[in-house]
Amino acid sequence: MSVSPAALRCEKLVKKYGDLTAVDGLDLQVSAGECFGLLGPNGAGKTTTVEILEGLNEPTGGSVEVLGMRWARDERALRQRLGISLQETHLPDKLTVEENLRMFRSFYERGHPVDEVLDLVGLKDKRASWTERLSGGQKQRLAVACALVSDPELLFLDEPTTGLDPQSRRQLWDVVLGFKARGRTVLLTTHYMDEAERLCDRVAIVDKGKVIAQGTPAELIASLGGQQVVELATERQLDPDEMSQLPSVRAARRSADGIALAVEQLHVALPAVLARAEPFGLTRLSTHHATLEDVFVHLTGRHLRE
Amino acid sequence: MNAPPAIPERTRSPLWELTLARLRIFFREPGAAFWTFGFPLLLSIALGIAFRNRPAEPSIVAVTSAELQGALQGGPQLKPGLLEESEAREALRTGKADLVVLPGPPIAYLYDPARAESRLARALADAALHPHGPPATVDKPVVEPGSRYIDFLIPGLLGMNLMSAGMWGIGYVLVDMRTKKLLKRLMATPMSRAAFLWSFVVMRALFLLLEVPVLLGFAWLVFKVGVAGSLPLLIGVSLLGALAFAGLGLLVASRARNTQTVSGLINLVMLPMFVGSGVFFSTARFPDAVQPVLRILPLTALNDALRAVMIEGAGPGGVAIPCAILAATGAVTFAAALRLFRWR
Repeated sequence: MSVSPAALRCEKLVKKYGDLTAVDGLDLQVSAGECFGLLGPNGAGKTTTVEILEGLNEPTGGSVEVLGMRWARDERALRQRLGISLQETHLPDKLTVEENLRMFRSFYERGHPVDEVLDLVGLKDKRASWTERLSGGQKQRLAVACALVSDPELLFLDEPTTGLDPQSRRQLWDVVLGFKARGRTVLLTTHYMDEAERLCDRVAIVDKGKVIAQGTPAELIASLGGQQVVELATERQLDPDEMSQLPSVRAARRSADGIALAVEQLHVALPAVLARAEPFGLTRLSTHHATLEDVFVHLTGRHLRE
Repeated sequence: MNAPPAIPERTRSPLWELTLARLRIFFREPGAAFWTFGFPLLLSIALGIAFRNRPAEPSIVAVTSAELQGALQGGPQLKPGLLEESEAREALRTGKADLVVLPGPPIAYLYDPARAESRLARALADAALHPHGPPATVDKPVVEPGSRYIDFLIPGLLGMNLMSAGMWGIGYVLVDMRTKKLLKRLMATPMSRAAFLWSFVVMRALFLLLEVPVLLGFAWLVFKVGVAGSLPLLIGVSLLGALAFAGLGLLVASRARNTQTVSGLINLVMLPMFVGSGVFFSTARFPDAVQPVLRILPLTALNDALRAVMIEGAGPGGVAIPCAILAATGAVTFAAALRLFRWR
């Protein structure tokens, strides 16, 4: 068995459902100790990919290696070392938080004491509550706790904060950051840019079953050519090509109701942009720091949450 | 990887944890507990009352002469009423009278031979009018335990209960876990599939130790229904029955993707047995042509074996054939279900 420094690797991964190609030749490599994000819109193939990596779905083609092992050969040993939280799991309603966790703990040869995990996810005072009485955020933290109870080397989280309120999301982020701080590896999927930027060392942007860009969040944002985004709308249409010639403007594209510019230095670009746009009847102008959302829009022309 | 060593913690076996989870979930769902324990008791009360052994009602006879009325007034089993002939015929037609007797000679009996009450009334009237005709007989009413309807019914209810508890408690619950993605989540752990399935079998076996005594204890206290044979044999037969229906429950759950589908399948499997397996009335009422089919239904086998032990006091040899049918049902359904089962 070759020892691989990669916690996770897949090459030319393909999954077809009849005529539909859900995953279309996807390559990934996740190093031990990093938090890697799969970022993409709904239906991009993130969950299918993750479920193949988790050994819960068979690929149509391609190869998968997890912790240097293969599903076909080493399933038993692999399952002992992974923590998995699926996109939606309905844990038994009538079991308490602690009972659910003890049941999951019993499946693993080694792991964390249940008390410690309850502490880790902040559910200690809810230990005796039936699962059905938990809030959405608490249920999600329990789901993550069930994945953490084996003290896994590699943790899979499929859209862990979808549908949660901001406070619950931040609580879950802390759990993930705490896990990562102990040198463990995380693969998570999300369609929230802020989540990917906050948690992930590296992200792969996935669209239509393919990785269309990959790197650290900072690298991906830098690939736009500017750290700032200026959006403006005018009464009469501006030409994006002309706008991209202005000083410090690195890229320009049409957006829903105007033009979006990737700008390197705002104080250099803005006077020129204003001078050019004002004769066309400027109706709106706003600026923000470039995000992964801008990267996605730049690459696909669509928004992540369309 | 340089993971810090995890602190070992004393954990219980997965089989025990899974069984415990099944029991907790069951007892925390009051509806499910009612259907398993309360429903058969209510059913036995209702049917026990409906088919209780009543003192014989006198037969109602319409006569058209006072002389006949006097002649029939002798015994407690006849209640002669004096009517005009047209009224008497009307009473017979509407079922208010079982028999009309018209003066002769010869004396005429008007009755519907398809009605059992009418035939009875005719026989009684005939006997009263010809006291020296047929030889005297002695009536022996049959009311001792062992031969009443309730004695027939209780083993049937026990069998029916073992069937529905197995089918719903395993078939439905498994599909519910599949729809809620819980099955998939469990498959993402190293949990052994055998331990998971065994937890259902162990739960059914533990339940049996509650279900059987509750129904039998109740039947004894209220209806004085006893067990003529050995109690361990009865438990053994029940266990085989529970296993056979656990296998069938597993089989109906093996492919179904949602609870509507599995509910339909469960009803499809159970309905013919409710009717044809002798729960409420004997399978002997069905034509000979279908008897071989009825005989191999697992609920027929279970009911036959339970009745043999409870009513006839049969020993192991007396229930060997139905027990073999149950064991075969269990083995075949388990094997098929394991091949077909959709784990994700």
